[in-house]
Amino acid sequence: MQQIFNFILKNSNRLLFLLLLGISLVLTIQSHSYHRSKAVTSANFITGGVYERIHNVQEYLNLKTQNEQLAKENAYLKKMLFNAKDSSGIVVRDSLKGYGNINIVQAKVIKNSYNVKENYLTLDAGTKAGIKPDMGVVNSLGIIGIVEHTSKNYATVISILNVKSEINARIKKSNHFGTLRWDGKNTGYVQLIDVPRLANVRKGDTIVTGNESVTFPPNINIGVIDKIYTDKETNYFTLNIRLFNDMTNLGHVYVLENYERKEIEELEAKTEVKNE
Amino acid sequence: MNSTLLLNIARFILLLAAQVLVFNEIDFWGYVNPYPYILFILLYPVNGNRAGLLLASFLLGIIMDMFCDSGGVHATACVILAYVRPTFFKFSFGVSYEYQTVKINDKLTPERFSFLLISVFTHHIILFLLEIFKLSFIFNILLRTLFSSIFTLILCIVIIYIFKPNAKR
Repeated sequence: MQQIFNFILKNSNRLLFLLLLGISLVLTIQSHSYHRSKAVTSANFITGGVYERIHNVQEYLNLKTQNEQLAKENAYLKKMLFNAKDSSGIVVRDSLKGYGNINIVQAKVIKNSYNVKENYLTLDAGTKAGIKPDMGVVNSLGIIGIVEHTSKNYATVISILNVKSEINARIKKSNHFGTLRWDGKNTGYVQLIDVPRLANVRKGDTIVTGNESVTFPPNINIGVIDKIYTDKETNYFTLNIRLFNDMTNLGHVYVLENYERKEIEELEAKTEVKNE
Repeated sequence: MNSTLLLNIARFILLLAAQVLVFNEIDFWGYVNPYPYILFILLYPVNGNRAGLLLASFLLGIIMDMFCDSGGVHATACVILAYVRPTFFKFSFGVSYEYQTVKINDKLTPERFSFLLISVFTHHIILFLLEIFKLSFIFNILLRTLFSSIFTLILCIVIIYIFKPNAKR
């Protein structure tokens, strides 16, 4: 017993080092391995509060581009409205479905990151505003990411510029779909992998979100095809896609909630269990 | 409560604030980012409590991880740097460094420069290795480490010169 105590006392620094190293390595490896496994995130009141304060100052620096973007979006929406049959009419409530199954929560990006391989954004709205994990985040130009963690007033978003992110996407013209990934190289480009060789793709075709995902509604813009090449191992197409969004300059975003998500997921889970 | 402890607490908070508010926003060429917050670990008193340094470094790293959403990357790099610091002292200043009261925040001599250089480089290579976590990006890791180390080193030297306490004139 005495010797054990002596050993601990003698090597206390080394043991402390090993303990701390162990904790931090576990945190690191966890964050790289599994989806939504992070113990340490910026969706808490300290870091969220600090980022909100910083953002309050920085907001002024890119007011102009944000305003232009909002004005463009307004013009686009007005165009749709004026070209409708009755421009003054209100949307008629569908007696079966209500107002459709997508709810939108508006939020602002208070911390943006794009210079590492695993990028996360922080939003200034959380569970209080109705944001839950796995909801999709978009802005007027295209998709941005998927909500990862939420706290009362803040939420973190796994950006499409994150090597861990995987999103179902399709070619607008032909309905062929693939998986949207990022290779970690250029902030303006992402990759659509596993596109069948049968697909008729051409440079300049638009890529939109697919019908398979419950996170995003279909037909939200992502980008245009910039380069097409064949993956030598899988023999599928890999498409290099230029994003419509400038991921380095994000302001107001919309968080999308699918009311029917739970129903769809329950149904799918049930089917999978049965088939096993 | 003595003045050294207060000075270290102040340094901890100020460097962390400067890192989050200013240096994390720099993003030179899209991937070069300086991390001068590790000055806290480098400037910690040579004869100070080692367990205290380890714990403080861990705390420093974990707060940085919170701000950067990076898991435990900064914590690991900081703890390792804190642990190997005496070895680097021995390497740069000779075996008897503990008796001759080494001070890092003073005029830049080759010994001090080599200490800063080796510490910054060690921290950065661990940081980027764990952050990217894929050996296929090894060239990218080395490139980032090289440029960020140079950037951090310059900033560290500048900060030391600006905040040199009780300068003898």
